[in-house]
Amino acid sequence: MTEPCKSEILAEAQRLRACFEAAGATPVDADILLPAETLLDLYGEDIRARAYVTMDPLHGELMMRPDFTVPVVQAHMSNGAGTARYTYLGEVFRKQEGDYDRANEYLQVGFELFDAEAPEKADAEVYALFATLLADLPLRAATGDVGILRAAISGLKLSAPRRAALMRHLWRPRRFRTLLERFSGRTPATPQRVTLLEAHARGEDVLSRAGMFIGLRDPDEIRKRLDRLADDLSEPPLTEGELASLDQVITLKDMSPAALERLSDIAVDMPAMHDAVQRFERRLDALQARGVDIDHLPFEAEFGRTTMEYYDGFVFGFSGTEQPGLPPVALGGRYDALTRILGQGTAMPAVGGMIRPASLLDLRSGDPA
Amino acid sequence: MTLKLGVPSKGRLMEKTFDWFSARGIGLSRTGAEREYSGAVTGIDGMELVLLSASEIPRELARGRIHLGVTGSDLVRDKLAAWHDHVIELEPMGFGFADLIIAVPKCWVDVDTIADLDSAAAAFRATHGFRLRIATKYHRLVREYLRKEGVADYQLVDSQGATEGTVKNLTAEAIADITSTGETLRANHLKILGDGIIHRSQATLFKSRKAQWTGDDRKALQVLKDCLAAAPT
Repeated sequence: MTEPCKSEILAEAQRLRACFEAAGATPVDADILLPAETLLDLYGEDIRARAYVTMDPLHGELMMRPDFTVPVVQAHMSNGAGTARYTYLGEVFRKQEGDYDRANEYLQVGFELFDAEAPEKADAEVYALFATLLADLPLRAATGDVGILRAAISGLKLSAPRRAALMRHLWRPRRFRTLLERFSGRTPATPQRVTLLEAHARGEDVLSRAGMFIGLRDPDEIRKRLDRLADDLSEPPLTEGELASLDQVITLKDMSPAALERLSDIAVDMPAMHDAVQRFERRLDALQARGVDIDHLPFEAEFGRTTMEYYDGFVFGFSGTEQPGLPPVALGGRYDALTRILGQGTAMPAVGGMIRPASLLDLRSGDPA
Repeated sequence: MTLKLGVPSKGRLMEKTFDWFSARGIGLSRTGAEREYSGAVTGIDGMELVLLSASEIPRELARGRIHLGVTGSDLVRDKLAAWHDHVIELEPMGFGFADLIIAVPKCWVDVDTIADLDSAAAAFRATHGFRLRIATKYHRLVREYLRKEGVADYQLVDSQGATEGTVKNLTAEAIADITSTGETLRANHLKILGDGIIHRSQATLFKSRKAQWTGDDRKALQVLKDCLAAAPT
């Protein structure tokens, strides 16, 4: 079989966008060249490995649109609008270092819903819309909830800095695991570090011993971190029980009703989980009201944890059942924190998703590769 | 066509490369006027010496314009994405040792490890409103390393030379650079993070996977390989 040509992909993308418009969305456009700084600040330096950055002699570094969410959120936040539904259609550009077969330029069609009234109903509206559009294809749905993971972390008996460190590295499982091992006392501080912190605690000037002072990070910042490290040294370790509870949440994978039951049980001992579990329950009700068969809707607490950086609540994806190695046909989720960062103080709860029409056509033609 | 061997065009790296081949019965030399970049090979028929900047040798190998090349293993890893697809390491040559490291100001008594750097970066960004700057010219190697280590809230700023001076000049908070003795780092009030060794580099003979290999080229390569195999190690 031949691969679908560009005009076929575009026609499919336009069909999908018409469906999103029929669901109440206003079409929006976004620039292809975006200011790199915003995206780098948001995603970190790693995005340079995946996005094309180019130098404009007047405007500095520009990035070829790696996704639509950021420009769409920016447009919405600067208009200061309330509840809104948007759809977009256009190319995104991704470097595929080390994988010659993956497209580095492809169309995306998306739907974004900004709604502060009933977040769980908004989650259900978006998911059900995508599920309906993709209903005729052999796809496997996946759902998760980053909010559940965050709630499990906030339920741990930890100081605020330790909790913040875990939240910050939720997306980086390896660093996250290293932090947990330190917080549970499995990797104790080095003798050298203990000596330093004891000297600092006695009021000795450990900085002046270290030679000439250079750089923008000033002595006060170093002393403040030494204070925090000293506090950290005396903080009691996480118990095995707490670690086990956290692990139970992170590794949870079941059909949605069973997952809810399990999480409700865990929340009995971790009251901080209570609100997140209630949101999960309200979302399942809302999904059911929209006709989604929740008894067969998989839930995986870790879904999207390493690949969907800015999502902080409900997340979902649809992948071909036959081709586990291929990128998902559709992905989406809730990104309340992103609107807060880009809205410069004002936040607007938002949830959305995108479809890759080329992947969808591949599936429809029965030709995965 | 001849088998093209790319060798760094000047300095100690060139001299050591010539010595290394000479010890294996292959004579490499510069010819012509002192400033002219042309060379001669004795001991192997059908091999041509191409004098190039060490930093361009990875690219020339990847494009197949030279068959063999001598350059630092750090440069190949930094300049080429998926370097295994483009070149094969034939022989580590035992000189040109340099470690690509991460260094921070010595006065940062609270930072000894990559984990410390990550945590200091978070606090730095919260205080100063921008990501902690690491000056380097090894963008790919450093970025891949920091990603693997799960470091966030940093940015790489380009520095093509005098990188050790960037911290004092307030254009970076930390650096990632190559060092062999660490003297320049110490002179610039910097210290190496204990677990911040990104790559241990040395001069290496590479073979291009992309060059066109004629029958004569293969014969010349076999003669070369025999010379290398016979050499004392």
